[in-house]
Amino acid sequence: MNCTEFLAKLTDYFDGQIDPALLTEVKEHLGTCHHCEVVVDTTRKTIDVYRGAQTYELPEELSNRLRAAVMERCRVSGKLPDIAVKTGK
Amino acid sequence: MEVQSSPIVDQPLELLAETVAAEPQAEIHPDVALVERAKAGDTAAFEQLVRQYDRQIFRTAQHITQNREDAEDITQDVFFKAFQKLDQFQGNSKFSTWLVRIAVNESLMRLRKRKTSKTVSMDQDVETAEGSIPRDFAEWRPNPEQNYSQSELAEILRKTIAGLPPGFRTVFTLRDIENLSTEETAEALGLSVPAVKSRLLRARLQLRERLSRYFRQNKEASK
Repeated sequence: MNCTEFLAKLTDYFDGQIDPALLTEVKEHLGTCHHCEVVVDTTRKTIDVYRGAQTYELPEELSNRLRAAVMERCRVSGKLPDIAVKTGK
Repeated sequence: MEVQSSPIVDQPLELLAETVAAEPQAEIHPDVALVERAKAGDTAAFEQLVRQYDRQIFRTAQHITQNREDAEDITQDVFFKAFQKLDQFQGNSKFSTWLVRIAVNESLMRLRKRKTSKTVSMDQDVETAEGSIPRDFAEWRPNPEQNYSQSELAEILRKTIAGLPPGFRTVFTLRDIENLSTEETAEALGLSVPAVKSRLLRARLQLRERLSRYFRQNKEASK
């Protein structure tokens, strides 16, 4: 397996969706190619750092405000029964 | 590259329920009961669904649009449209995937409106090979979390993901940040599974390359 063939299998390798024979080839390649080893390590860290960063969290106050606005629009649209819309938790 | 010809941004909402692929489900998801109650006019049930998914929809919209005000508007619009079209949700896919698909549509439409000279769709710029071939082989030591404060790192991540083409950003957001499966991502985007895998690989490699460059520059600057 060369580097191009390895890269083509990278997504399946990360997602654990790779058949055992191919996995052996992938591991053999990683054992001999430092560049691909670095690519695997830093790509995994890329995913982890984005997943853990909570870049765009919705604050509780804004969540409450948006939910109240949504429920009000739904009520005004006439489909919801005319029940008082809760705006808190 | 396996790319479907019609971007989902052009699909009317009316088609969404029918085009989301049906998958047999062993157990009935609790959302299905909430949706049924909401369809029958139970306000609290619909409000519960909004409460459950507003954060996910907001994050998805902000990642795609890179604009907080747009994300707020889109979050409202997504739930209002979902409410209006609730009868179309048949429970063949997850309710959250259905919502995400509406959110992606709304977000891409918003981007398209913003960039008047260009069409923005899932297909834009995806044919570029830029960043798909690794060029930077520096190791990340210490780990970014150890090297930067939380706010510094958040700023770096915002800048680097903003530079990705929308089609890549969207796939990466759904698959790697929102943790949807490859199949769910394909359903939400109206793409084939191989197309999602292909875009995900490019998105991951481009982000890796951009971050790597960023970290190396900062390291050199601090010497």
